[in-house]
Amino acid sequence: MNVILALLVVLGLGYFFEFVLRPFPFGMEQLPQVAYLYIRDGLKDNNAANLVTSIVVNYRGFDTLGEVTVLFLAASGVAFLLSMCRCLRPIKRHESSEIIKTSTSYLYPSLIVFGAYIFIHGHLTPGGGFQGGAVIASAVMYMFLAFLDFHPSHSALSVTESLAGLAFVGLGLWGLWAGGSFLANILPKGEWNRIISAGVIPLIYIAIGFKVGSELSALLSDMITSAREKKE
Amino acid sequence: MNFLQSPLSPVVTLLSILAMGLALLAIYLKDLLAASVAAGFISLVASIIFLYLQAPDVAMTEAAIGAGITTVVFIIAVRKTERYEK
Repeated sequence: MNVILALLVVLGLGYFFEFVLRPFPFGMEQLPQVAYLYIRDGLKDNNAANLVTSIVVNYRGFDTLGEVTVLFLAASGVAFLLSMCRCLRPIKRHESSEIIKTSTSYLYPSLIVFGAYIFIHGHLTPGGGFQGGAVIASAVMYMFLAFLDFHPSHSALSVTESLAGLAFVGLGLWGLWAGGSFLANILPKGEWNRIISAGVIPLIYIAIGFKVGSELSALLSDMITSAREKKE
Repeated sequence: MNFLQSPLSPVVTLLSILAMGLALLAIYLKDLLAASVAAGFISLVASIIFLYLQAPDVAMTEAAIGAGITTVVFIIAVRKTERYEK
């Protein structure tokens, strides 16, 4: 009896999805309408050499704000759980070798510069705020691995993060005030494929880069140091 | 576009098979440290696949976050708890 019921439900669901999804073509004879509009108008609207950026930060900028918020909530959740839980044992950390220390002290500044390059050039080349922020966080991770006494200031990280988040929302509200919609691209678009172009997009990506970088660094520092400081 | 760069190229197929093998390793290994390294390796392979599929920005995210930071977070978690699965 149950088997027959389950079969009926499955068949009904299958028919329902077939009915709902029938209008969508499988494969691409032509682009969907929204994608077509993005590709046709993206260059004219935003003048960003990297079309992906103009979609992620401008057309779907509100969604990106949501993503940044999700990352913030995840980082706060990790910090909260780590401060609650007393069951974790402290990590025994050993002094790193001279090779790792020396190479890290050369790698750290160049990785920071590389991350900043990625998010400043987000509107020109692949990558952007999230990628650049992740590269900066990996530089901080290298420092944690190499030096036992590396303690980035937590208050500086959280102030940077809050200011970057405020800058993102502020740019959005400025667009709402001056351009009629949240995150509207109100600044002059400049010359195509130059570093100062695409209006508000590089500013937003710089804010996202700072935010993601400081957030992930704070997350790593929480995870590495939390249990150890409990014991001391 | 030459054949090697198309999504159907043999390189992408080989990389996908490698990723599946690594995924099985990550599931069945009892040593959780090795399992998290295998999981990080999947991200590395996936980022190369994304590069072949001409999505360089996704590849960068996958390499930096998937292969870098996630692996380290997993390793820290393993060191703070138990190394071997019971």
